[in-house]
Amino acid sequence: MKVELTVNGEQVAADVEDRMLLVHYLRDVAGLTATNVGCDTTSCGACTVLLDGESVKSCTLLAAQAGGSSVTTVEGLAAADGTLHPVQQAFREQHGLQCGFCTPGMVMAIVSLLRENPNPTEEQVRSGLEGNLCRCTGYHNIVKAALAVGCLSGEESTAAAASGSAE
Amino acid sequence: MIPAQFSYRRAASAGEAIDLAAEYGEDAKFLAGGHSLLPLMKLRLALPEVVIDIGRLRDLSYITDGGDHIAVGALTRHHDLEHSELLARELPLLAHAAGQVGDPQIRHRGTIGGSLAHGDPASDLPAVVLALDATLIARGPGGEREIPSGEFFDSLFETALRPGDLLTEIRIPKPAARGWSFQKFTKRAMDWAIVGVAVQGNAVGLVNMGETPLRASAAERALASGAGPAEAAALAADGTHPPADINASREYREHLARVLAGRALQEAAARA
Repeated sequence: MKVELTVNGEQVAADVEDRMLLVHYLRDVAGLTATNVGCDTTSCGACTVLLDGESVKSCTLLAAQAGGSSVTTVEGLAAADGTLHPVQQAFREQHGLQCGFCTPGMVMAIVSLLRENPNPTEEQVRSGLEGNLCRCTGYHNIVKAALAVGCLSGEESTAAAASGSAE
Repeated sequence: MIPAQFSYRRAASAGEAIDLAAEYGEDAKFLAGGHSLLPLMKLRLALPEVVIDIGRLRDLSYITDGGDHIAVGALTRHHDLEHSELLARELPLLAHAAGQVGDPQIRHRGTIGGSLAHGDPASDLPAVVLALDATLIARGPGGEREIPSGEFFDSLFETALRPGDLLTEIRIPKPAARGWSFQKFTKRAMDWAIVGVAVQGNAVGLVNMGETPLRASAAERALASGAGPAEAAALAADGTHPPADINASREYREHLARVLAGRALQEAAARA
């Protein structure tokens, strides 16, 4: 079947099997391989992307279900001139990654979290990341990175949350 | 993991979904958020030939005040239940429990109707609607019918829905007894409950204590006869047949049910 999506602001259309999962569409059809397949069982969150602005696990969504929607992957966060998204910048400054495998999903989960709650407490960040596992157990700096973005002034943090999508 | 081959159809209306289901019969499955069905399909434990996507039927996503009850559209997502001001005011048990389902990503996709129709005794919301004495509305080729939540769950993954029935609404009476609590024990944050307990007034729902979500009848009878929370909680596992699995033995689940029911009844009493 033909599946048409907006991915990081660009139209993508392809004939794919009805059973194709969104994560495979993003990686194999759109060629965006930053989104990782980790557990493939809706547990680890490595495949987290934004669907119409909200975090979802792309291993548990058919590409066909997302047809007509707008998807943002971590490749779509930075500005055209390469300026990192505030969440990416915070990961860099707070050393929010070790091996990096969970990072794309962590970043997207935090972008979604900050859109819903621009100034979260540490507890809210930790519960907001329940769906993302880091096998390096590097949670502390990931939480610090999320809080560093959340601690920006109200205006900046709203901008940070709003720029989370290239829709 | 990739599901077996199937044919995907997206329904544009509830009527079209019911027509498609009638056309394909038992070979078809409705797909709402997909967070119960797709994992089963990836494991090839479910092998529908046709998947009817009802996820875009926004007219089945609502939470409205019906006077003596709250009406919740079957396609209302856990995320929307969790953040509903109307539910926070009128049915805080449902709003809170919905916020305990899975994780934020799962709550962005999963729906209350999908969770109920899936009929998994380890899911949170089935025990919650039991404790709330909800009525479930199903629409099929023969029209609409009302199913009391107490008659909805038949056995493991089996409900009173017939092939072709679309669950459309959950109707929940506004509780006379305001005290509520939801207690859930998990190994990891996003896991299914090893055991969970939902309390509204003197009604006690049990998660993962048998083949279906259950009411803790012995504990409820004790409460009705004037027993206190501790005395009633001691009976929470009576008459249940919980599963033994990698997470817990039967005895451990029975123990958890008593402990969690004690906490839930204490908390509900404090809120009453």
